[in-house]
Amino acid sequence: MANKRNAVLVPLIAILGGFVLGALVVLGTGRDPLVMFSAMFQASTGINPATGGYNPRLVGEFLVQVMPIMLTGLSVAFAFRSGLFNIGAEGQLIAGSTASIGVALFVHAPPGLHQLLILLAGMAAGGLWGALPGWLKARFNVHEVVVTIMMNYVAFYLNNWMVLKVYGTIDGIKTVKFPESAVLRDSFLSSITNGSQFHWGFVPVLLAVAVSWFLVEKTTFGFGLRAVGFNKEGARYAGMKVEASIVWSMAIAGAFAGLAGSIITIGTFSFGRVLPGMEGYGMDGIAVALVGANTAVGVFLAAILFGALKAAQTIMQVNSIPKEIASIIQASIVLFIAMKLGIDYLLARLSRKAERADGEGSKP
Amino acid sequence: MAFVIEMLDITKDFPGIRANDRITLQVEEGSIHALLGENGAGKSTLMSILFGLYRPDSGSIKVRGKEVRITDPNVANGLGIGMVHQHFKLVHNFTVTENIILGLEPRKGLVIDRRRAAARVSEISRLYGLNVDPDSRIEDIGVGMQQRVEILKMLYRDAEILIFDEPTAVLTPQEITELMAIMKRLVGEGKTVLLITHKLREIKEVADSCTVLRRGRLIGTVPVSETSEERMAEMMVGREVNFHVDKAPAKPGEVVLRVEDLDVMNQKGVLGVRKLSLEVRAGEILGICGIDGNGQTELIKAITGLSPIVAGRILLGGVDMAKSGIKERVEAGLGHIPEDRHRHGLILDFRLSENLVIHAYARTPFARFGILDFEAIGKNADRLIEEFDVRCAQGGATPTRSMSGGNQQKAIVARELDRSPRAMVVAQPTRGLDVGAIEYIHKRIIAERDSGKAILLVSLELDEILDVSDRIAVIHGGRIVGVLDAAKTDENELGLLMAGSKKEVA
Repeated sequence: MANKRNAVLVPLIAILGGFVLGALVVLGTGRDPLVMFSAMFQASTGINPATGGYNPRLVGEFLVQVMPIMLTGLSVAFAFRSGLFNIGAEGQLIAGSTASIGVALFVHAPPGLHQLLILLAGMAAGGLWGALPGWLKARFNVHEVVVTIMMNYVAFYLNNWMVLKVYGTIDGIKTVKFPESAVLRDSFLSSITNGSQFHWGFVPVLLAVAVSWFLVEKTTFGFGLRAVGFNKEGARYAGMKVEASIVWSMAIAGAFAGLAGSIITIGTFSFGRVLPGMEGYGMDGIAVALVGANTAVGVFLAAILFGALKAAQTIMQVNSIPKEIASIIQASIVLFIAMKLGIDYLLARLSRKAERADGEGSKP
Repeated sequence: MAFVIEMLDITKDFPGIRANDRITLQVEEGSIHALLGENGAGKSTLMSILFGLYRPDSGSIKVRGKEVRITDPNVANGLGIGMVHQHFKLVHNFTVTENIILGLEPRKGLVIDRRRAAARVSEISRLYGLNVDPDSRIEDIGVGMQQRVEILKMLYRDAEILIFDEPTAVLTPQEITELMAIMKRLVGEGKTVLLITHKLREIKEVADSCTVLRRGRLIGTVPVSETSEERMAEMMVGREVNFHVDKAPAKPGEVVLRVEDLDVMNQKGVLGVRKLSLEVRAGEILGICGIDGNGQTELIKAITGLSPIVAGRILLGGVDMAKSGIKERVEAGLGHIPEDRHRHGLILDFRLSENLVIHAYARTPFARFGILDFEAIGKNADRLIEEFDVRCAQGGATPTRSMSGGNQQKAIVARELDRSPRAMVVAQPTRGLDVGAIEYIHKRIIAERDSGKAILLVSLELDEILDVSDRIAVIHGGRIVGVLDAAKTDENELGLLMAGSKKEVA
């Protein structure tokens, strides 16, 4: 029972610790931490606490930040439930993005179907990019961490080669614009958020959260997955196909990340890009999964938090607070999560103390 | 003689359970005092309180007549109390000496004075007849020797009172004999030993007095020399215990499980099982007995499909399953109570209810169209918990890891028997369990036999093999060196065969 309580308390304490540390750093640079908090508040609600003004565009931009890291968070968390550490969400995302560009440019379909095909292509490519390290792990016991890290680079350079040499660019950086049938942005969503980049990508993202939760918690497939994650030998003894489970788990994790790639490609942008560098969605995903304790609901909440931190950076900068503070907060939250054991210990001590105080108080 | 330790009126509550209910334990200096009780009786809690791992809710502790507050293990160490844990706490790639001095390193300037440390370790080792080589690495020495290193660790820290927590659970019969001698030696040198156990024979052999706990309560303290094993068992379990397993003569039917010319590699990559053949008939229990490491594990893993075979056939009901997967074997009617219940038998982080459907979760009624039916899974758990008397705090929702070893094993037995397989491989079914649980599990296995199942029992406990089996196959060097009628053999004959002397296969 204490465990269940701590599962919620520890991330909360870690988040609080991250914010306190961030505030101290801001103080150290001679600025007012309240300005930082107000920037975060404004970035995620659109309300400027100083003036009381409301700008829905900020909410739209905030949600655009949330979408990809929610998916990469799901990707890392899903793999982790079967005992695998997916460092490759970044590469799977890029693979999904590369495939999406191809389908967006060269497949002609009516709107609705076209976007669906693009999302499916992204998931398939990301899925394959995840399945390969999964297969190497299952078949030859090659560690997935090493393989997925390396495959991040393969995906990165493959994307840039494909965009430059196969898809073709107009200026050496981006492809021609996608047709209207291929993009997720539309005037309605943009208009209700005061011209933000907000797009329909939130629908597949929410579906992915629901699917992930359902798969892991409610299905026989998830049962096998969790069994393998907790105790591979025990799962084997029970007659489960451990190897298949590992490959599938990585494929599905990859598909979540690939979907993120699709959504960025046809939602946030509407053309294929030559990437200047890794964009860090995979790493953010690891942080989100960690803070979300590898559950779908936890990932959902943690992605919102980290999305808010990212979205706040612009406003912080405007208020002359270095935007790197947001990264410092994110990093320290992860550090505090990693100190889970210590926090557990502190909590146990505190509750013991409280118990003793109670006991003494009740004595006649 | 004076009491060196007095624990008076100790009460300790855990959420939902009173682990210790006004327990008093008084230990005389220079004696071996046994603490006897079933799993979950409160022995470990009481000792954890003495060792400073838990604080009692009420009651007091006196060491050498002086009231003390043991707030953590360092305080306990300071009072001369040392504990040999059931699971050793040793650094595997360190030497014996390095492990012993860890945290208390004698120094010469800035470096550790290894020579002085090693000399001191050898000296203590000699004094108590421990016979430990101070320069061996832990990973190179056996379990029995590792335990002696733990003992040495206590003695090096000048412990006067040594607590042994289930020390024989991991030892071979020879090692147990040696440990008993060491304990007597310790007491001879003026130390006091507190022995936590549920093995009556050991208490009878070494202990002076014995305190019995049952379900968190003190049942009594008795002088061992004047109390029979039966009486102590009765105190522990709360009813009369039948030591001898009652069973009707077997009525063997047709052969259900047949192994032919089996070759299996062991972990080192050499043949651990060689040209092994055996058969088990419906309605009989074939016991496999042998010294640990003679191919038992390889045989079990090969039959159940956990490891591949090199050559031979494994026939279940006449069908060769040697190349089938585990799932196929399970579905063909093979049950398996595994040797290592934590590694294979259970997913410890699962709830009990989930562990009880670990084979069947994908089938109706537990799942439909790939979606789990938690209600059906819960009901199944309720039924098995009731039928097999599995004790767990929160029913099917209990985290399996939090259950006692005996109840974990009962859960496995419940799950495997409930599947009602045609043939069962039962490995070490009662290792680490108390008499009550042992009696129960033996009864269930025999009941299975009587209902016409073929049972292959693999155990390192000779008593268990002799009591439960109908026929006994002795394994030595990966081969069956003799098959005997359980009713017509004895420990001596088996012992000779186990050691490798030849006998024609009967």
